[in-house]
Amino acid sequence: MAGRTPRSAPSAATPAPDPAATGSSGRAGADPGPGPAGGTGRTAADRARERRSRRYRRDLRWSPYAFIAPFFLFFAAFGLFPLLYTGWAALHRVELTAPTDMEWAGLRNFTRLLGDDFFWNALGNTFVIGVISTVPQLLMALGIAHLLNYRLRGSTFFRVALLTPYATSVAAATLVFVLLFGRDYGLVNWLLSTVGIDGPDWENGSWSAKLAVSTIVIWRWTGYNALIYLAAMQAIPHDLYESAALDGASRWQQFRYVTVPSLRPTILFTCVVSTIGAMQLFGEPLLFSGSAGATGGADHQYQTLGLYLYEQGWVNLHLGRASAIAWTMFLILLVIAAVNALIARRLRSDD
Amino acid sequence: MRTTIRGTRHRAVALLAAAALGAVLLGGCAEDSEHPGAAGSPGADAGKTTLTVGVFGVFGYKQAGLYDAYMKLHPDIRIKETSIERNENYYPQLLTHLSTGSGLADIQAVEVNNIAEVTATQAGKLVDLSKAPGVRKDDFIPWKWAQATDKNGKTVGLGTDIGPMAVCYRKDLFAKAGLPTDRDAVAALWAGDWGKYLDVGEHYRAKAPAGTAFVDSASGVYNAVISSSAERYYDRGGKLVYKDSPSVRQAWDAAMRAATGKLTARLQQFQKSWDQAFANGRFATVSCPPWMLGYIKEKSGDQGRDVWDVAAAPKPGNWGGSFLAVPEAGRHKSEAAKLAAWLTAPEQQAKLFTKQASFPSARAAYGLPAVAGAKHPYFGDAPIGKIFAAAAEGIPNQVLGPKDLTVNQNITDVGVLQVDQQGKTPEQGWRAAVESIDNALDQ
Repeated sequence: MAGRTPRSAPSAATPAPDPAATGSSGRAGADPGPGPAGGTGRTAADRARERRSRRYRRDLRWSPYAFIAPFFLFFAAFGLFPLLYTGWAALHRVELTAPTDMEWAGLRNFTRLLGDDFFWNALGNTFVIGVISTVPQLLMALGIAHLLNYRLRGSTFFRVALLTPYATSVAAATLVFVLLFGRDYGLVNWLLSTVGIDGPDWENGSWSAKLAVSTIVIWRWTGYNALIYLAAMQAIPHDLYESAALDGASRWQQFRYVTVPSLRPTILFTCVVSTIGAMQLFGEPLLFSGSAGATGGADHQYQTLGLYLYEQGWVNLHLGRASAIAWTMFLILLVIAAVNALIARRLRSDD
Repeated sequence: MRTTIRGTRHRAVALLAAAALGAVLLGGCAEDSEHPGAAGSPGADAGKTTLTVGVFGVFGYKQAGLYDAYMKLHPDIRIKETSIERNENYYPQLLTHLSTGSGLADIQAVEVNNIAEVTATQAGKLVDLSKAPGVRKDDFIPWKWAQATDKNGKTVGLGTDIGPMAVCYRKDLFAKAGLPTDRDAVAALWAGDWGKYLDVGEHYRAKAPAGTAFVDSASGVYNAVISSSAERYYDRGGKLVYKDSPSVRQAWDAAMRAATGKLTARLQQFQKSWDQAFANGRFATVSCPPWMLGYIKEKSGDQGRDVWDVAAAPKPGNWGGSFLAVPEAGRHKSEAAKLAAWLTAPEQQAKLFTKQASFPSARAAYGLPAVAGAKHPYFGDAPIGKIFAAAAEGIPNQVLGPKDLTVNQNITDVGVLQVDQQGKTPEQGWRAAVESIDNALDQ
């Protein structure tokens, strides 16, 4: 910015200081003021020029804020305000049928969660589905990225193909998976029956339902993570591999001792992002239950925290309780972020 | 050289994007002005009053040409409908809009499951329609009128349709199981008692074609039985009594008998597998309000033609139906009330029945030839007008409470489902349902 000469820069005739150079150093040097330079015989043109230059300096100083203002305004309206309002609502007994009618409840909405079986069930489900979807997903992504990192014909095609599940809407994908995992006419059970296995009732089993939901998550996000890994892999200097090869390292050893250590920050990043995603898991289990809504199965066997929050807020219309769940989820995520920061620091000090 | 090529390509991409964006914007505009103004040009709409109607799913007013007819009668009115596919998404939004007084359509539809809550908690935000011009209380079936009227006599919703229930059955499966196929004979098998209906089911099961079941789901049985009783979850004083309600017990027991007696196809209604079972003829009977006829026709397809038929249910019950309400915050309240009154008048309800199979909540419509003479060709020319009108007359005056939907949903989707699909015992199912309901109702 500082190097550019704006069109309204003062001409050589008026020896005003160059605003581009001093603009950020404060007003003192920037404002020439009615000094002796102009004398008493200041012409209208002089004044106009001065006004222009003052306007220009103000422009330079404040317009960047104006440029980024929309983001902050939107953030305040759609990020900060809901966050604070949710926190406020969490401290009240308030129903969606009368959202303005709030009754102070203190921390009751939070403390009651401790004894709420449905909350613990949802938390457990979220954790289990999170683990059985995130772990295989990241391992597979790493493997796929490694394969794609070889010189391949049509590599762009494969990379685009990897992203297609991510680009598919959750709704569309889940509807297909519901059909795949159908009890009577599902493709999965049909395939199992061809090898003589009696397929389970996927939706009604406790583990089978969680597995089915995590399959959808894995399908959607593996390619996305693989591309992130691939990008990081391509930044690894090639001579590392060459020297490893010279030392007689196999492909697997190269992967194990060169690729994975170099990817450590990236792996950490994907772990964090996937954990947050798993915590907020909502669309897949909601749609997996078809039209049954937010119960997450007859036994709540795949009701995640997101689903429980939705059920409390938008089915049972308890705004206060739902807000408390939302804030609890937020706090859990903060804890996870803190743990992650600790691990990251440990990793760095190891290096 | 290389940069030039790339530059051109970028410019081309940008141009394309701009063109696409422009097309989208133009499309948006086109859609706006496409609404059938009298002269067809956007300028002709100037000075007109635009009334918006907010509904969920398909109400059929547009399809039956009712909006067009009204706009022809009232050249200064334009009508625009917005629809949200599912009521579970529509209803919370309606509540938030009512509480903020913004974002509301001039007319808002309310589902029967929500009407008690709306009447009890939102009456102050809705217009009293009993005093609107063109509304005649006596046209409506009395219990329908009563459902949208609060303690002070304020009527906040006009009934659009009701869901008097019959039973749809498959003649081919009945014949194979040695049961009569004539609709009067079938109705006589179970007349007056849901227990007899389950007796027929046991008879069916004994000789049933392999791979088929008597009824689609235990939840369906539960809903059918509970819908034919006057008092369900609340007593007349407005107290929640579902745990000791005899009619809930009766419906629960019927559902349990169906589930544990293996009379059901272990399905869940409105799920993909349910649709597939329609197509594959996996069950022989299903509770059938008028709006279900279209659903069966769509899902069973051509091979279901003349296979399905309609018989009177053991006891008449009601499943579904909606109301039209006019929010106080609307900009054109009086015009909206007039339109709501017109849309729910007997003649229009009769027309809607012919086109959309929404059964009139206006008793005055039952005598009109469009209803009285109605036959359904897909269902073997069943005299559906007569069957459903008879059922409608027999529906008890149901006591509705604000949390009916929550209680009902948890009983069917948690309690009954655990027994029907997960093989738990009726006691386990009931306990799970109660626990779920207690949690849901606790503020």
